[in-house]
Amino acid sequence: MIRIEDVSHSIGPARILHDIRTGFPKGRLTALIGPNGAGKSTLVRLVGRLENLQSGRISVDGHDLALTQTLELARVMAILGQDTAIASRLRVRELVAFGRWPHHNGRPRADDHARVETALENFALTQLADRFLDEISGGQAQRAHIAMCFAQDTPWLLLDEPLNNLDMSHSRALMQRVSDLVRRQGRSVVMVVHEINYAAAWADHIIAMKDGRIMAEGDPDTVLNQRTLSELYDADVQVSRHQDRPLVLHHA
Amino acid sequence: MRYLPGAILVLALLMLASLTVGAASVDLTTIRQDPYAMLVLLESRLPRTLAVALTGSALAVAGVVLQSLVRNRFVGPETTGTAESAALGLLAITILAPGAPIWARMGVASLAAMAGTALFVTIIRRLPVREVMLVPIAGLVLAGVLRAIATFIGWQTDLLQYVDGWLMAGEFSGVIAGRYELLWIAALAAGLAWFAADRFAILGLGDQVATGLGLSVRAVMRLGLAVVAVVMAMVMTTVGLIPFLGLVVPNIVARIMGDNLRASIPVVAVFGAALLLACDLIGRLIRYPYEIPVGTILGVIGAAIFLWMLYARPARG
Ligand SMILES: Nc1ncnc2c1ncn2[C@@H]1O[C@H](COP(=O)(O)OP(=O)(O)O)[C@@H](O)[C@H]1O
Ligand SMILES: [Mg+2]
Repeated sequence: MIRIEDVSHSIGPARILHDIRTGFPKGRLTALIGPNGAGKSTLVRLVGRLENLQSGRISVDGHDLALTQTLELARVMAILGQDTAIASRLRVRELVAFGRWPHHNGRPRADDHARVETALENFALTQLADRFLDEISGGQAQRAHIAMCFAQDTPWLLLDEPLNNLDMSHSRALMQRVSDLVRRQGRSVVMVVHEINYAAAWADHIIAMKDGRIMAEGDPDTVLNQRTLSELYDADVQVSRHQDRPLVLHHA
Repeated sequence: MRYLPGAILVLALLMLASLTVGAASVDLTTIRQDPYAMLVLLESRLPRTLAVALTGSALAVAGVVLQSLVRNRFVGPETTGTAESAALGLLAITILAPGAPIWARMGVASLAAMAGTALFVTIIRRLPVREVMLVPIAGLVLAGVLRAIATFIGWQTDLLQYVDGWLMAGEFSGVIAGRYELLWIAALAAGLAWFAADRFAILGLGDQVATGLGLSVRAVMRLGLAVVAVVMAMVMTTVGLIPFLGLVVPNIVARIMGDNLRASIPVVAVFGAALLLACDLIGRLIRYPYEIPVGTILGVIGAAIFLWMLYARPARG
């Protein structure tokens, strides 16, 4: 369980998050939804200790963020930031291999190499493994970053808009892989999802944010209704059903 | 790793050449019967060859470290105010404690170099990442300001000739046994950088990724700053400023091998030593038996390589 208690955040005079109090359930796939600028990335970055906590308290499986060594946290959660552009000239395999760093601190064992190869395979990167990151497409680089997070092999996975740049088939493959991690291996995943129907189809738990506040949270059937979504996005939204899951229709 | 053996072979040949080239003839095959040649070899040629090689590899590695700290390929340890800060430190201790022992002077020079480099890195990290060319410009401006301050203080205190000595184009003609050994400390610092290569490579991926992988960004920054500062302070006080080396060598190696620093730092070190030795040899041969300072030769060659670099890959940082 990730607990978030009374977390507020400001940048300069602007208040970005207002007294957020919520939790991410363990062993579930949680989707964060909401319009641009709602504060989703800020919240994820705070949980992933990429941003300093200004007020309130966050704990991951009982590890208080403020009191836990960052290396120890790197074995508990992996985080994929929204902006994955990097200037380094690394090969795909080298990037993915850095995901194992928290476990071996520079002395990889056979097991570490095996996990890197598995991660490369899982994201269809084996063919590209020896290419430089600045010589592949944006979607391929995005998959390499996700593979690095998977190679980190942590109980928690925080993904900020992982579907960025991914085509339909790779998006679906990623969601399948994530859902597999949750259901077969008991991992917990929190992801910011832009395309709401991915949340509708795959998430166990949904947190809807707007203007730095949580507007609604619960299972998909509770949160994804016409009234909540229309208010969330300030737009007319219809909700129908498909294969016993909500299906959100947002073309006018 | 496949580039390393070839680079080592080239370096070994250059070192051999460096041992035999000079005003007095040294024939390595008959040296056992020739006490004078032996003396020249041990007191002058070998120290000089080692000094050039140590300087070349330490500067090139410091360049790699600096470039990963600021995530910009267009800077080198000689374009960031590091040497000028070290000169200010030396100036301060010369004025305040003229009789201070050599280790105290070196310590102060290193600390001042570290403070100056830290200032540069702090400025750089506030610039927008996409402004690739602002970074080297900021470095040159900072270096210019620090140099002006050092010159002013030197002038006021009649120490200008020392300041000029520290900040002039470097050369190795004055190197003899007993006058270059501080360079081993520079090489040691470069070795430390190799030891921590993964950390610098991960820092190069950005603060976010580094934090996510459990690294303390501040600790890695401090280590990197210390490496760059120690290398620059030792090189500057022993041989003066060597331009371009710490800038171009890391760039060329990164183009070929990428930024997996654990694999590339040894190649950078060997290549840096080989390039500086080649330039030193050219300087010794071109107007034989007179010498042209290696800094001048490298200025010409380095500028050419740098221009080629700018045109060959302008878009990426
Ligand atoms: N560096 C910054 N300076 C000022 N405001 C910022 C900065 N970064 C983000 N914000 C603001 O914080 C709010 C939340 O941003 P973010 O968490 O990225 O939203 P989301 O991920 O939900 O789109 C937005 O209104 C954004 O404009
Ligand atoms: Mg966002």
